[in-house]
Amino acid sequence: MTGEPLLSIDNITKAYPGVVANSDVSFQIQPGEVHALLGENGAGKSTLVKMIYGLVRPDSGSMTFRGAAYAPPEPRIARSTGVAMVFQHFSLFEALNVAENIALGMENPPPQRDLAKRIREVSEAYGLPLDPDRLVGDLSAGERQRVEIIRCLLQDPKLLIMDEPTSVLTPQEVEILFHTLRKLAAEGTSILYISHKLEEIRALCDEATILRLGKVVGKCTPRDTSAAEMAELMVGKSLATPARDNADLGEVILKVSGLSVEPSNPFGTPLRHIGIELHAGEVLGIGGVAGNGQDELLAALSGEVTTAPGTVTLHKNPIGDKGPNERRELGILCGPEERLGHAAAPDMSLVENALLTARQRKNLADSGFVNWGATRAYAEKVIADFDVRTPGPDNVARSLSGGNLQKFVIGREILQDPTVLVVNQPTWGVDASAAADIRQAILDLAQKGAGVIVISQDLDELLEVSDNFAALNEGRLSNVRTTRDLTMETIGLMLGGAHDMHDLDEEAIHAEA
Amino acid sequence: MGIDPVTLIVALITVSTPVLLAAIGELVVEKTGVLNLGVEGMMITGAVMGFVVAVNTGSPTLGFLAGMASGMALSLIFGVLTQMLLSNQVATGLALTLFGLGLSALLGVGYPGSTPPPVSDPFPAAMAEIPVIGPILFGHSLIIYLSVLLVAAVWYVLGYTKVGLIIRAVGENHDAAHALGYKVIRIRLMAIMFGGACAGLGGAFLSVVRVQNWVDGMTAGAGWIALALVVFASWKPWRALLGAYLFGGVTALQLRLQAAGINIPVEILAMSPYVITIIVLVIMSSDKSRTALNAPAALGKVFHATG
Amino acid sequence: MLRLEKRPAPSRAWTAATPVLAVVLTMIAGGIMFALLGKNPFEAIRIIFWDPLFHESFAAYSRPQLLVKAGPLILIAIGLALGFRAGVWNIGAEGQYIMGAIAGASFGLAFYPSESPLIFPGMIIAGALGGWAWSMIPAILKTRFRTNEILVSLLLVYVAEKFLASAAVGFLRNPEGSGFPGSRNLSRIDSMNNPELISGTGMHWGVVMAFIAVIAAYVLLNKHLLGYQIKLAGQAPRAARFAGVNPNRLIVLCMGVSGALAGLAGLFEVSGPAGQISIDFNVGYGFTAIIVAFLGRLHPIGILLAGLLMALTYIGGELAQLMLQIPAPAIQAFQGMLLFFLLAVDVLSTYRIRFKKEGVA
Repeated sequence: MTGEPLLSIDNITKAYPGVVANSDVSFQIQPGEVHALLGENGAGKSTLVKMIYGLVRPDSGSMTFRGAAYAPPEPRIARSTGVAMVFQHFSLFEALNVAENIALGMENPPPQRDLAKRIREVSEAYGLPLDPDRLVGDLSAGERQRVEIIRCLLQDPKLLIMDEPTSVLTPQEVEILFHTLRKLAAEGTSILYISHKLEEIRALCDEATILRLGKVVGKCTPRDTSAAEMAELMVGKSLATPARDNADLGEVILKVSGLSVEPSNPFGTPLRHIGIELHAGEVLGIGGVAGNGQDELLAALSGEVTTAPGTVTLHKNPIGDKGPNERRELGILCGPEERLGHAAAPDMSLVENALLTARQRKNLADSGFVNWGATRAYAEKVIADFDVRTPGPDNVARSLSGGNLQKFVIGREILQDPTVLVVNQPTWGVDASAAADIRQAILDLAQKGAGVIVISQDLDELLEVSDNFAALNEGRLSNVRTTRDLTMETIGLMLGGAHDMHDLDEEAIHAEA
Repeated sequence: MGIDPVTLIVALITVSTPVLLAAIGELVVEKTGVLNLGVEGMMITGAVMGFVVAVNTGSPTLGFLAGMASGMALSLIFGVLTQMLLSNQVATGLALTLFGLGLSALLGVGYPGSTPPPVSDPFPAAMAEIPVIGPILFGHSLIIYLSVLLVAAVWYVLGYTKVGLIIRAVGENHDAAHALGYKVIRIRLMAIMFGGACAGLGGAFLSVVRVQNWVDGMTAGAGWIALALVVFASWKPWRALLGAYLFGGVTALQLRLQAAGINIPVEILAMSPYVITIIVLVIMSSDKSRTALNAPAALGKVFHATG
Repeated sequence: MLRLEKRPAPSRAWTAATPVLAVVLTMIAGGIMFALLGKNPFEAIRIIFWDPLFHESFAAYSRPQLLVKAGPLILIAIGLALGFRAGVWNIGAEGQYIMGAIAGASFGLAFYPSESPLIFPGMIIAGALGGWAWSMIPAILKTRFRTNEILVSLLLVYVAEKFLASAAVGFLRNPEGSGFPGSRNLSRIDSMNNPELISGTGMHWGVVMAFIAVIAAYVLLNKHLLGYQIKLAGQAPRAARFAGVNPNRLIVLCMGVSGALAGLAGLFEVSGPAGQISIDFNVGYGFTAIIVAFLGRLHPIGILLAGLLMALTYIGGELAQLMLQIPAPAIQAFQGMLLFFLLAVDVLSTYRIRFKKEGVA
C-alpha cells in the first residue's frame, strides 16, 4: 500500500511536568489497515491517541488526515472528521441504558426509537448482540465494550481507535472481536490497535509502531516478526521469566466452603457458593473477566466483608466472622486491586501507609499510641528490600509510579511473613520489569511455604505463576484444575462460565480422544 | 374552632412554593453531580434583594428578577470556587449559607416593616370566587403557576431531551462525559446558576408575596428543607412537587393549629415541619436500592480533567 | 489561560500560608464592603483588628473578651474538625450547644437552692451529655439508615431552637422573674457559677477546657491510632475499611465527641458569660465554629489561632458598630467572606497554577 495515508502523524511532541509523554513521534496509517501501537505501560500510547481524538493537544508536530491538516480541538471535531475511539476504561454511564449511552457519543442522535432500531441492525450485522433498553450497569464487561464499539460504528468512522480492548475479554470474546475488526478493515475502515499483548498483535495487525518512553523505537510487520523480537524492542532489555525450584504442596491451610455474599451496591456481583482449598506452598490462580466478583472475593477473604464463621477456615479454625485486623494477626494478608484508595491512602506518606496493614504483625502501636519510629523503619525496609523508587518514605503514595507503589504494597504484605497472601491484579498497569519482580516475589513466598491466591485478569500471568487454576464467573468459582494441563480453549470455556465443569471435563477428554 | 380545608389548601400552596422553587433548582444542580449546600444562603439573599427592589421600585416583577439575579450571583461564587478552584463542595456550600445570612441581614437593615407593592393575580377575581375550586385553582399569584410549569419543564427536559441526557450523564460519570468531549465544568456552572436563580426567586416570593415583610433569617431553614426534599424526591421533579406540598401542608396545618389555640404547646407545633422532614428523610434513605439508582453517582465529587 | 496542575504532594508552605493570605484578601474585600457602606475602610479594619487589643480606652474591656469568645469557638471547632477529617459532617453544633446548655442548666436548677460543691461538676457532665445525646440522633440515623447527617444535624438546630424557646418560657422560667422569659441567672448562684478564674483575663472553665481539648486533639491526631484512623477514613474510606476501621463506630465517635464538646461550650456559656437560659442566648458560635475549623486547617493549633482571630472579629465588630455605626450583620458577612477566600486560595496548596496561552500547537 503506497497510496495516500489515511492518517499521518509527524514529529508529535507532548510534555507534562516531569515527563515527556511523546517525543518526536511519527507514523502513518493506511486506509483499511490494522495498525498496532505497541508499548509498555507508561510508554506514551494513551497520550498519543488522546491527541488523535482531540482530548489533548500536542506541544509541537502536526497531523494530516486524508491529505488535510488535522488538529482537533475537541473530540466532537475528531468524531465529525471520522475518528472514533473505544476507551480502555469505558466511557460509559452505568445508570443510563444502552441507547442513551450510544446517543451521548453521537453528534446528531436520531430519536430513541429509531436509534434502538439501528443499534439492533448494526449489532446483528457485526455479530455483537445487544439490547438497547438494558441498563449499562447490568452488563458484563464484554457487553459494555460492545456498547462502545457500536457507538463508534454508528458514526461510520474512517479510523477506529481501540485502547487495550482485550484486557477485559475472555479468549472466545477476543475471537469475536477480532472477527468484527477484520470485517471492518475489509470494508475499508482503518484501525489503530493499542496493546502490549504481542500474540494478539501478531494475529490481527498489518503494521506495528513500537513506543518506548515516549519515543518510536521501531516499526515492524507483526506477522513476520517474532514475539521475542517485539518484546525486546518494547521493553528495551530481555527480562528473566519468574521461576521457582519446585512446587511441593503441603497440607490445606485455608479452606473456603459455601461462601455466598450479597453485593453492597446495586451493580455489584453476588458471590455464590465459593469453595477453595489452598495448600501450603501453593499458588492458586483465579482468572476471570472484570466484574465477575473479584473485588467481592478479596473482600470476603480479607475480612472487609464478614460471613458465617465456618465459611472460611484457617488451619481448621473458623474465621469467617473475623475482621481484617484479626485475620492479619492470624496470618492472612491481602493486596487489593485498587492501589490508590484501597491498598494505600493516596495523600498519606509511605510511613503512614506502612501502618495501614502492618500494625499487628510488626507491633507498630503500643496501647493505642503509634510507634512512628518503628513504622518508619518498616517503611524503609520495604522500600529497600523491594527496590521501590522514591526519594524517601515521607513522600505521599500518589507521587509514586504505578509499578513502584505496587512493589511497596506487595512488599508491605510479604515482609510481614504471611501464612496466606491474597492479591488481586498484582501487576495491573505496572511496567514489565516491576511486574517480573512482583511475580518472582510471589513465587519466592510460596517456595517458603505460604499459600498464595493470585486473582488476575491476565491469563498469561496466571499461567506463569500458578500451580492450580480456577475461573470466577458471575460470582461462581469453577473447579480447580492443574495449570500445566490447561489449554487456552479450556480456560476460555471456564471463564465464559461453562457452569458444569464436570461435563466440560468429559467433553474435553472426548475431544482429545 | 374548625379548620377550613379550602383555605388550608390555598395556604399550603403558598407556603410550599418558595421551598418548591429552591428544590427544583437544586434538583437540576444535583443531577449534574454537584451538591450545593448554599441553598439557604441564596434563598435569603434572594428574599432581601427581591424585597428591597420591590419596595423601592414599586414593581414586584423587578423584585422577583432581582431575587433571581442575586441568587444567581451568589451561586456563581460557589460555581467558581468548586468548579474552577476545585474547593470542597460541602465546605463551600456552608460558606455560601453563612455568607448569605450575614449579607442579607446587612442589606436588609432598615427594611423590616416596609410594605411591598401588591402582586396582581393573573386570573380575574371573579374566577377566584368560584366556590372551592376558585381559590384553589385561580386565586394565586403568577409565580405559583410558574413554579408548577417549571417542574413540568424540568421533568420534560431531564427525561426527554438531549440536554437532559447530557445533564444526567455528567452527574453520573464526569470522567466519561469528559472523554466524550462534553464540557463538564461549563454544564455544571450553568446548572449551578439555574439553581441559584430558582433559590433566589423562591426567596423573593417568600418576602414579597407570602410574608410581605423582611425579617432577619426569615427563611428559617427553608433552604435546608429544599435540600431534604431533593433526597425525598429521589431526584424526580414531580415527587419534589409532591414533597413540597406535603411539607407545605404540615406547615400550614401547624400554623392553623397554633392560631386555633389547640391544646398542644406552640413550640411542639413549630418543631413539627423540621421533625417530619427528618422522619421522611430517614424513610427515604433506608430504602437503599431506590436511592442508589436515582442518586447521581458523581454527586459531590471533585472533577479535575488531567491532560 | 489558567491551568491547574496537581502537585505530587500538598505543599506544606502553602498549607500554612493560605490562611494568612485569606485573611489579607478578606481585609481588602471587607474594606471595599465598608467603603460601600460609606465608612472609612482603613479605620474600620483598624477598629476591628487592632483597637480591641491595643486601643488605650477599649482594650481593657476588650482583651478579656477575646478568651471569652474564643473559648466556645475553639471548643466546638476542635470537635467538628475531628469529624470533618473523618468525612463526618456535623454542622448542627449550634443545636448541640443549645441542648448542652439546657441539660446543664436543668441539672443545676433542679437542685436549687442547694449549695453543694458537686452541682457545678454535675452540670458539666449534664451539659456534655446533652450535646452528646443531641448529636447521637444524626449519628444513629446515619449508621442505621444511612440518612444524610448534614441535613439531619442542621434541621435539628431549628428543633433545638424551638425547644429552647419552650424551656425559656416554660419549664426553666425563673419563678421569681415576674413572668419575664428566661431562667434564673446561673452566674449569680454560687454553686452554678462559671466564674472568671483570673481577674482581667476572661479565663473561665470553658476556656480551660478549650485548651485541654486542643492539646488532647493534637495528641490524638499525631500520636494515637484513633487519630490515624480518623484521617484515613476521611481521605480514603475504602483503605480505612481495609485497615480494619469500622466506619459506623467512627461516625458515632466523631459525632459524639463534637456533640459533647459543643454541649460543654453551651453549658460554660450559659453558666458564665451569658448567665441564663434565654430565648436567644445562643449567638451562632456553633456555625462560626465551622469557619474556625476550616480556617485552622482542621489542625488543633491552627484552630486555636483561628478561634482567637474569629473572636477578635466579633469584638472588633461590636466596636465598629459602636464607633462607626457599622451594622452588626456586616461582621457576619465578613466572616463568611473569610471562609470563601480561604477555600479559594486553598487551591494553591494542592495544585500548581500555570498560566498558559491557549492554542499553542
